[in-house]
Amino acid sequence: MKISVQTEDFDLGAECAAITRGRSDIGALASFVGLVRDSNDGAGISRMTLEHYPGMTEQSLAEIVEQARGRWDVMDATVIHRVGELRPGDNIVLVVVASAHRGDAFAACEFIMDYLKTRAPFWKKEKTPEGERWVDARESDDESAARWKA
Amino acid sequence: MSVNILYFAGLREALGQSSEQLSLPAQVGSVGQLHAHLAARGGVWAALTTTKNLRIAVNRKVAAMDAPVKDGDEVAFFPPVTGG
Repeated sequence: MKISVQTEDFDLGAECAAITRGRSDIGALASFVGLVRDSNDGAGISRMTLEHYPGMTEQSLAEIVEQARGRWDVMDATVIHRVGELRPGDNIVLVVVASAHRGDAFAACEFIMDYLKTRAPFWKKEKTPEGERWVDARESDDESAARWKA
Repeated sequence: MSVNILYFAGLREALGQSSEQLSLPAQVGSVGQLHAHLAARGGVWAALTTTKNLRIAVNRKVAAMDAPVKDGDEVAFFPPVTGG
C-alpha cells in the first residue's frame, strides 16, 4: 500500500506499473485521477491552493484504504493527493486499486474516492476573477459516501 | 492542563492564527467545553459558532462534542473537508 501527500505531480502509468511489477496474480487494476477544472459554480478558476492537516491526512487515507480492504478483495492500493498551488488541468488526486477481479477493483476505487472527499482533511481555495474563495463542501459528496453504509 | 490547538482553512484565516498552546481551566474537560471556552473570547472567535458543520478532531481523529480533552492533546478545528 502506498499513501502519499505531496506537492509534486504523479504519473498514472508509473504508479500502475509499480503495483503490478514482479507479480502475476493481479487480474484487475482500477484507477481514478482527479484534475483541477477551469470553472466551478459559475466562475472561472485560474489557480487552486490545497491545504491539509499534516499527520491526520496520511492517517485518514490509510484508514480509508484499510476499510476498503475489509470490504473487498484488495491486493494492493496507491493513493496520492497533491497539496500546494495547482492550476487548471493539473492532477490533484490518484487512486489505483489492484484486485483479482474487476468488480472488487471498481468498487474499492470508488469507495476510496467517496470517503477521501468527505473524510480526509484537505481544503481547496480557488482563485476566480472576483478574488479567492474557499470551496464549500457539497451535499452530493456526503450522499455519495453514505451509499456505502448499507 | 495544556493542549495544542490547530485551526485550518477558512477558520484559520478568520481567526488569524494556525495554532496555539493553551492552558485550560479545570472545568474544561470535553471538546464541547473547549469549543465554548474559545468562542467566549468574542470578536473573530464567533467564527467557531458561525462556521457551518464545524469539525473537531482530537489527536487526529474526528471527535464528538462530548469527547474528553486531556492534558497534552492536540485538538483541531476546521470546516468540512473539500479534497479530491
